Amino acid sequence: MRAETAEKVRTILREQVRLSSDVDKLGDQDDLFQAGLSSHASVNLMLALEGGFDIEFPDEMLKRSTFESIASISDAVDTLLGDEVAA
Amino acid sequence: MSATLAEKAVGLAEIRRIGEEIAAKHADSVDREARFPTESIDALREARALSAFVPTELGGSGASVADISAMCLELGRHCGATAMVFAMHQIQVASMVRHLENAPWYEGYLRELADKQRLIASATSEVGTGGDMGKSVAAVVREEDGSCSFEKQGPTVSYGAHADDLFVTLRRSPEAEPGDQVIVLVRKEQATLEQTGTWDPLGMRGTCSPGYTIRATFPAEQVLPTPFSRVATESMVPLSHIFWSQLWLGIATDAFDRARNFVRAQAKQRPGDPPPTAVRLSHLMSELSLLRAEVMSALHDFVEADAASREPLATLATQLRFNNLKIAASEQAPRVCQGAMSVCGIVGYKNDTPFSVGRHLRDTMSACLMVANERIHQTNASLLLVAKEV
Repeated sequence: MRAETAEKVRTILREQVRLSSDVDKLGDQDDLFQAGLSSHASVNLMLALEGGFDIEFPDEMLKRSTFESIASISDAVDTLLGDEVAA
Repeated sequence: MSATLAEKAVGLAEIRRIGEEIAAKHADSVDREARFPTESIDALREARALSAFVPTELGGSGASVADISAMCLELGRHCGATAMVFAMHQIQVASMVRHLENAPWYEGYLRELADKQRLIASATSEVGTGGDMGKSVAAVVREEDGSCSFEKQGPTVSYGAHADDLFVTLRRSPEAEPGDQVIVLVRKEQATLEQTGTWDPLGMRGTCSPGYTIRATFPAEQVLPTPFSRVATESMVPLSHIFWSQLWLGIATDAFDRARNFVRAQAKQRPGDPPPTAVRLSHLMSELSLLRAEVMSALHDFVEADAASREPLATLATQLRFNNLKIAASEQAPRVCQGAMSVCGIVGYKNDTPFSVGRHLRDTMSACLMVANERIHQTNASLLLVAKEV
């Protein structure tokens, strides 16, 4: 997980997804669903991430475990950005 | 116990016999009186069918999802209410078996279920959640003595009064978010059910599903270790849609068979050219085959997705797939039943002929309401924004 990716994920969470918890108080590994991320909000989060990073999550990444923490999201984003660089 | 494994295993032939000899015989009175299908559920108990999905090492038959699907279809051909009670029970058992993670309490419970053929009802819907099974209001409350308790308002608890045990979704704790859920198995003797409504519906009358306020106190080990969000996506939601659609297909198939019998009877009265209703029957067959194709391909897709690991079941694309099964099958099944009625005419409309399909039509009309299709469409609408392949 790259630090700048995680920071940008936090910004997207803070600005585009309404959580009942304060994003700045969440650890990278904390469970976002337990922090109040609803399944409806998680769709908005995915769209915001795709827009913000200019990436597309393939279907096999579109599952709860990918979006359950700031760390898991950042890892997925890094993987996709890495793929692009490699290509 | 002296019974060998082979004797304990319930097979499709036995389910068919129960369907033909018992469920079919009582289907009309179950429907008319809106009463629980006691005779057929007792027969299923006798055949040890309630533990069909329990692994053999825990005393069950070790049936597969495909085996249970075939049983739901077969029972659906004879009594929709029997099939629905059977299907709902198997959904609870399968959700437990697939997610117990070696929890000793659950292993012991499943052994007891196999031994005593206990029937499980579920209380997953709740007043105040807008029909979203992924949210709960009621929560697990820890008492001072270490035990747990809850009070939940269930708007429809199918066969709640007839079940031995209840599988109930709750928030993990009073502080937890609505989506942070667990599922708890409570025994009837640990719970009180206060009926809050009546049960006089259009169809599926034998499921006896009024509302209840459920209160229970139970030890903490009865909370299933796996979070409900995972149980729901990997098992409860797809298996509900699969088992339900199989029994709707069963009901529609029987309606079609009745229409065919009617056309054959007409043809025998006037040998020569096929009667005009034969052409309508041909149209109806293509409607039935569309239903069958969707129901069977969904089962195939589940078995394939579930084969190596459960990973594929967790994806949004897979959720869309089984949501679509529910919508498609729940709309197509009553269409087939209505077509059968138009083939049979007045003798199909009347309730007391060999060609009656009124019960079939009414039973399948419940399909679009159990988890309302519009609610599923709303979910799909947002999933479609991000899913890439459908």
